[in-house]
Amino acid sequence: MDFDYFSYLFFGGLTRGSIYALIALGYTMVYGIIQLINFAHGEIYMIGAFTGLIIASVLTMMGLPSLAVIIIAAAAAIIYASAYGFTIEKIAYKPLRDANAPRLSALISAIGMSLFLQNYVLLAQTSDFLPFPSLIPDFEFWEPYSHIWTSAELVIFITTVIVMILLTFLIKFTKIGKAMRATSQDKTMASLLGINVNRVITFTFVVGSATAAIGGILIASHIGQINFYMGFIAGIKAFVAAVLGGIGSIPGAVIGALILGWTESFFTGYISSDYEDVFAFLFLVGILILRPSGILGKSETQKV
Amino acid sequence: MTATGEIKKSVLVSLWFMFLTFPIMVIRVNTVQDVVEWRWLNMAYIGIGTFFISMLWRYMIRRKEREGKKEKTDNLSFAQKIILDKKIFIPLVALTGLFIIVFPHMFSMYQTNIMISALIYVMLGLGLNIVIGLAGLLDLGYVAFFAVGAYSYALLNLHYGLVFWLALPLGGFLALIFGVILGYPVLRLRGDYLAIVTLGFGEIIRLVLENWNEFSFGPSGIPNIPKPPLFGVDLSLSGSIIYLYYIIVGLVIFTIFVINRLENSRIGRAWIALKDDEIACQAMGIDKARTKLRAFGLGAMWAGMAGVIFAAKTTFINPASFTIWESVIILCTVVLGGMGSITGVISGALLLILLPEYLRAFSEFRMIIFGAVLVLMMVFRPGGIINNVRKTYKFQKT
Amino acid sequence: MKPILEVKNMTMAFGGLKAIDSLDISIHQGEIAALIGPNGAGKTTFFNCITGIYKPTSGDIFICPHEKQERLNGLKPNIVTKKGLARTFQNIRLFSSMTVLENVMIGCHSITKAGVLGAIFKNAATKAEENFIVEKAYSILEKIGIEMYVDELATNLPYGAQRRLEIARAMATDPFLLLLDEPAAGMNPMETKSLDDLIIKLRDEENVSILLIEHDMKLVMSLSDNIHVVDYGKKIAEGTPEQIKSNPDVIKAYLGDESEDA
Repeated sequence: MDFDYFSYLFFGGLTRGSIYALIALGYTMVYGIIQLINFAHGEIYMIGAFTGLIIASVLTMMGLPSLAVIIIAAAAAIIYASAYGFTIEKIAYKPLRDANAPRLSALISAIGMSLFLQNYVLLAQTSDFLPFPSLIPDFEFWEPYSHIWTSAELVIFITTVIVMILLTFLIKFTKIGKAMRATSQDKTMASLLGINVNRVITFTFVVGSATAAIGGILIASHIGQINFYMGFIAGIKAFVAAVLGGIGSIPGAVIGALILGWTESFFTGYISSDYEDVFAFLFLVGILILRPSGILGKSETQKV
Repeated sequence: MTATGEIKKSVLVSLWFMFLTFPIMVIRVNTVQDVVEWRWLNMAYIGIGTFFISMLWRYMIRRKEREGKKEKTDNLSFAQKIILDKKIFIPLVALTGLFIIVFPHMFSMYQTNIMISALIYVMLGLGLNIVIGLAGLLDLGYVAFFAVGAYSYALLNLHYGLVFWLALPLGGFLALIFGVILGYPVLRLRGDYLAIVTLGFGEIIRLVLENWNEFSFGPSGIPNIPKPPLFGVDLSLSGSIIYLYYIIVGLVIFTIFVINRLENSRIGRAWIALKDDEIACQAMGIDKARTKLRAFGLGAMWAGMAGVIFAAKTTFINPASFTIWESVIILCTVVLGGMGSITGVISGALLLILLPEYLRAFSEFRMIIFGAVLVLMMVFRPGGIINNVRKTYKFQKT
Repeated sequence: MKPILEVKNMTMAFGGLKAIDSLDISIHQGEIAALIGPNGAGKTTFFNCITGIYKPTSGDIFICPHEKQERLNGLKPNIVTKKGLARTFQNIRLFSSMTVLENVMIGCHSITKAGVLGAIFKNAATKAEENFIVEKAYSILEKIGIEMYVDELATNLPYGAQRRLEIARAMATDPFLLLLDEPAAGMNPMETKSLDDLIIKLRDEENVSILLIEHDMKLVMSLSDNIHVVDYGKKIAEGTPEQIKSNPDVIKAYLGDESEDA
């Protein structure tokens, strides 16, 4: 076995997995709280990437130094993605929740939102692929192996780890985190205990959108191009990761994302790259059929 | 709330949307020439548009809440009254029927072709309605069975010269087999997971068609699929279009007949009961898996037959016609018209497919409108334009 | 004669919690039996186990409607119903978009067999079957005494009638044993009294045995031939109403706080 190639695929899978994890977190948090598959989540990630690109391009043309461009563009992407997440929740999900609509209605609404946002970006921007500037600077860190694990990939991995740690901290140790956990267990009880459930849900959407935006700009700057359709496949794959890990569970989303990233990377590297997406979908179908509760999820007993 | 309060609220909403849409709507970067295009006018449109939309939105929400509090029965909409009133409904149906029969002789080939497309969607919508409207299963991979039908005709004709009239039932049958094979393992899943799994299956089938060149000729597709000949005689182009038009009209009528019969049968009742309460349904001795599989398979069969017609109509198919968004469009026609209602689904499909064809100015907004329709329907009128008043069985003492 | 339902040493554990702990219960032909116990004692779980909604962790469930004894463990709920065990639900689960008659017609599903083709072609056999379903459903409504609501939507019925409709629907499956989960809950004393008559009538005229879960002690004592008392998933007593009334364990565990339950 060619060890170089293997390591290359290994780190490639790690990068994929990190990005999937950043998107999967939003899926899993929202599902954990309101049991909704937020189909439009992939679109938030796409909008994050677009906003980052637009702001970065404008600032570069204005002649700002690259470090300033990176920081401002990233901040704008995160702020805007969060704002979109917030707005989508208010328009497409909250009215349904207020009316006690069945779960499938919310899912249909989410699909509609996803279709709407894709075409919104398509119409307002372009259907072509846009080149994305490499925001992550190149630097030397373990020569001569940088062709196996590039500095950009290292940055992606480290950023993911940091986000993970911050998020775990947020949920475990802060007041709003506690409220989130309470709400996910029992909405009615949580609201009786004085938790503002709607605020918790909004907050969850905002945080999930922000992490998706981070994933969006990282992957865009790594691959070097973006397109209005990038959110769909990425979103589906992140959903696979979330289900694989056990939807609703945050460490589960990370584990699921890494497993998916690696298997995908090795599958395309050793077997066939034509069927990369088929593989992801097979993975999705397989998990849902064989173990819908995932690796870390709890299986639920229906109450009669 | 006071009028100034309302205005203040709407101004805030409009400011928020101006902020929200700023990077995407206002700025456009041309990365090749390094120029930025500032489209400030868009911001003004958004501001004004969202101001009024937000007022309308809140008014609609309030109206919906008021209606929710009222008694549900005896509150029929205009459309429902028409459907229930036999004196109006039967002449209306007769008139529509007459219009449909003379349509290809009154309008151009081009119009007839559009009408065939619309009727294919009617058939797809009615088929999906069995799955979603009657049995309550959200199938997001419905277009896969459409693809199975279309490819069965195209490939069997290409390799074995299979004729249209044999391909039609065979395409339906193959789609049924596919539906049963795919449905069997997944139908015990909960509703939202089922939706995602069917989406996965749909995409798998499309991706396989795209990549398996030896079998399906990949993205380049299959050309020269014959239109159905009449009694062995090849018709002129216009003749064959008219012929195909009557075939699809016949099939739509057949579909309506079948669904009507199914709805008022032991199987149809089991579907509705299953949608109402799965646990109670099983306690009544209904086999959950089998009942769902029946709906799923029948829906698939209809998509398969529609697929054969589609292949015959376009004479060329490739995987690009069978994306997940095609499934979403079909879903949209069912949701708009009203799940479970035959009249609703037909009106929904005709509205959604014909309007963008005739309002050319809107055609590029087609998909964004579909997206908005799905959200708005779920928020304001989850029952569809024609909220299904199920025809309940009325007891007659014998 | 063998009991028509025989549950042997059944345990149902959710994680570490044993909702039912090695329970033995036998029901005999023509009997009206009651299963009583404080809230959370595992009564509904017991129903869910024998009707196939839950799979018991261990133990056996046998039925013997005729001569032959059959094991029920692991069968799906719809198969259990087909075998002749029908149930009602504590939290009423009617088909809300259907009329009263249609609800009972659904109950006839397991004893009829028209399929998709029958539905489409509507041949003579299917038509005859449909007539049979409608007539049977209506005659059951008459027996249960809610035929005046025949064309009403099930959700529009008064509470007591909804409970009766649950029973009618269960009777349509032609059961030999009817499992009633708190049939009198939410009923006023008059409705309860007529429910008492109905249950006895069903036993006598329809040849069906009955096992009911009930908190209304007056109803239980007047109806039952045999009472099984459970607490914390374990059986603590069994006997005739007189025996149960004087059983010290029962008084301690259950009747001691009758004031709360009644």
